[in-house]
Amino acid sequence: MESRHVISVLVENKPGVLARVSGMFSGRAFNIHSLSVAPTMSPDVSRMTVVTYGSEAIIEQIIKQLRKLINVIKVQDLTQGDYVDREMALVRVKATSSKRADVLRIVDIFRGKIVDIASDSMIVEITGGAGKIEAMIELLTPLGILELIRTGTVALPRGRKSTRYSEPSE
Amino acid sequence: MKINGAQILLRALKEEGVDTIFGYPGGAVIDIFDAIVRHFSEDFKFILTRHEQAAVHAADGYARATGKPGICLVTSGPGGTNTVTGLATAYMDSIPVIVFTGQVPTPLIGNDAFQEADIVGITRPCTKHNYLVQKIDDIAHTIKEAFVIACTGRPGPVLIDLPKDIIQAKAKFDYPKQIEIQTYKPTLKAHPPSIARAAELIREAKRPVIYAGGGVLTSGCHEELLTFVKMTGFPVTMTLMGLGCFPGTHPLSLGMLGMHGTYRANMAVNHADLLLAIGARFDDRVTGKVEEFAKNAKIIHIDIDPTSIQKNIKVDVPIVCDAKDALEKLIEALRQEGQSEECGECLKSWHAQLTAWRNEQRLRFDRTTDIIKPQYVIEKLYELTNGKAIISTEVGQNQMWAAQYYLFDSPRTFLTSGGLGTMGYGFPAAIGAQIAFPDKIVIDIAGDGSIQMNIQELATVKQYNLPVKIAILNNGYLGMVRQWQERFYDNVYAHTDILVAPDFVKLAEAYGALGLRATKTNEVEPLILKALETPGPVIMDFVVDREEGVYPMVPAGASLREMILV
Ligand SMILES: Cc1ncc(C[n+]2csc(CCOP(=O)(O)OP(=O)(O)O)c2C)c(N)n1
Ligand SMILES: [Mg+2]
Repeated sequence: MESRHVISVLVENKPGVLARVSGMFSGRAFNIHSLSVAPTMSPDVSRMTVVTYGSEAIIEQIIKQLRKLINVIKVQDLTQGDYVDREMALVRVKATSSKRADVLRIVDIFRGKIVDIASDSMIVEITGGAGKIEAMIELLTPLGILELIRTGTVALPRGRKSTRYSEPSE
Repeated sequence: MKINGAQILLRALKEEGVDTIFGYPGGAVIDIFDAIVRHFSEDFKFILTRHEQAAVHAADGYARATGKPGICLVTSGPGGTNTVTGLATAYMDSIPVIVFTGQVPTPLIGNDAFQEADIVGITRPCTKHNYLVQKIDDIAHTIKEAFVIACTGRPGPVLIDLPKDIIQAKAKFDYPKQIEIQTYKPTLKAHPPSIARAAELIREAKRPVIYAGGGVLTSGCHEELLTFVKMTGFPVTMTLMGLGCFPGTHPLSLGMLGMHGTYRANMAVNHADLLLAIGARFDDRVTGKVEEFAKNAKIIHIDIDPTSIQKNIKVDVPIVCDAKDALEKLIEALRQEGQSEECGECLKSWHAQLTAWRNEQRLRFDRTTDIIKPQYVIEKLYELTNGKAIISTEVGQNQMWAAQYYLFDSPRTFLTSGGLGTMGYGFPAAIGAQIAFPDKIVIDIAGDGSIQMNIQELATVKQYNLPVKIAILNNGYLGMVRQWQERFYDNVYAHTDILVAPDFVKLAEAYGALGLRATKTNEVEPLILKALETPGPVIMDFVVDREEGVYPMVPAGASLREMILV
């Protein structure tokens, strides 16, 4: 019954707003799987993308509770429609000269990029949906992953449906 | 002309029609206090409590009794942290309270400066909204926003943190008459199709019950509720927060429902085929086991807060709006269908069933004892005040007995911490109510434990000569906890015996108030009469049966049918 939801939240870009949002989640025992925040085209508005898991009732509460926060402008559950979501990962993988070709092959398949090379390791950059990133991590693991960092998901609805501030909400 | 932040604040309060401020001074707000005395002494009545927690509860009691926002002013650091319980209390019960805290000067914020606390961070989860003002030009606008947010939609407390340099800085006073908050638009009007569906269910119902909560009081729609009941003959049960929103003496009042609700209210909800919830939120103390609650009923839920709807229980017809709007429209819809203004013989067999339940199990206690029964004290208080007093309560058995035995006929006459259950709330809340209504009888129905949590306020009532009466149901126990220990913990009274207590009569005298004690049933009435005749503050110390319990009782998590009757 628990399913993944990608929730897009437009908020006022003011101090303490992130704390309000994350505090609402922790205070009500909702889970945040990932969260990313950055300003939008309009500098006084930020967009948060929250990935969370929950039953329908929980997701309904999460959305309503978000809307109730004074600094929240607009909330949309992108999983209700078509959307594009991406995250990025940087992976430092063991790559002594004999293994470099293996790494490059995998990176190529996933259309990743090498962004740093040292004598015994490389940093791979990859962008994509969570599934793609996990698949590449799985293939790189046998070569030896030294360090790994992933961003949270960012997402937009497909087509002309806008989540911009200027649009009337809902 | 430019004036400083302190004066901007006070002029803004004047614009908002504020005439009373509760608070406590300190370094960070000394300029505001100075301005109150020097420039605004004609404008505000300032009430100096003896603890900041009490200042917030007093502002809260003032708000509950009047419907106007309660205003509170305290210093930074400990002044602010002492307001947290008061804010949380007001937040849980949706009470408009606005707290102004001093803060260290902006350049020092974050430096662990003397009396610095991140009060905005601390109170974020227990306020409807809060602000740190960082520019002098933001003060006026922020105050306007705070009033709008505190008082509209589902009301709640708002805190404004004012750094000392901002309080001292100068600007022109420019207060907006009206503002739009882009991101804050409560839904006030009911959606017509929902009203139509609700009206249909209302017409079809054979065993309806209205479940009315604090939202009816907030919305001020008690008249509409009465009209609706006249037309439909629907019986009304109230939550603890809702008491007073429908006359307790009305034949169709079922009294309170829930854990310590009346037998007939709980039975009615259990057998209902329609539950009309108005401004109530299906709290666990009301529903007991949710799956069993109003199991046979269709549910209509009117609430201004969308998050209340479908939170604890699935409802059939949600209506998000101001309760008054919904009731007006429902009444209108019924009239258009040709419903007569008086119910007359309608719902006859349901009414008969309700009466049968009433006669089957009334609220009762042993009336033959010499030792004072706490319920008897409440009954006498009710009788001797003609049911006209404003009653506040502490928390515990005292609170439940007050809710059961004092029948509230008017809105805003029962002040109690329902959601948070804050011991120490009642006395300061009574102070707030007494300030608002100097000529009314205001009584705090207290426990011997709770009263000690804000007993220092005896100095406040003395200073302002407030005739607040305190009725202590002195059982020498943290009685409600003891009752649970008796029922569910094999009579192991773990740390609930509080016989070691001050002599409350002497304590009253020490503060310059009158203290009276009764130890036998026949002393109760004369004592109350004496207290009511006394123009100043009085403590009535009723030494009551130590082990009396509150019944009926639905054990936590059980279905409402599983009432323990005595
Ligand atoms: C501040 C606070 N601490 C603890 C509790 C838990 N509690 C609920 S009722 C109660 C006992 C209250 O005792 P008393 O005031 O004597 O009232 P009684 O139940 O005896 O009437 C306690 C400790 C509470 N509600 N509030
Ligand atoms: Mg007690």
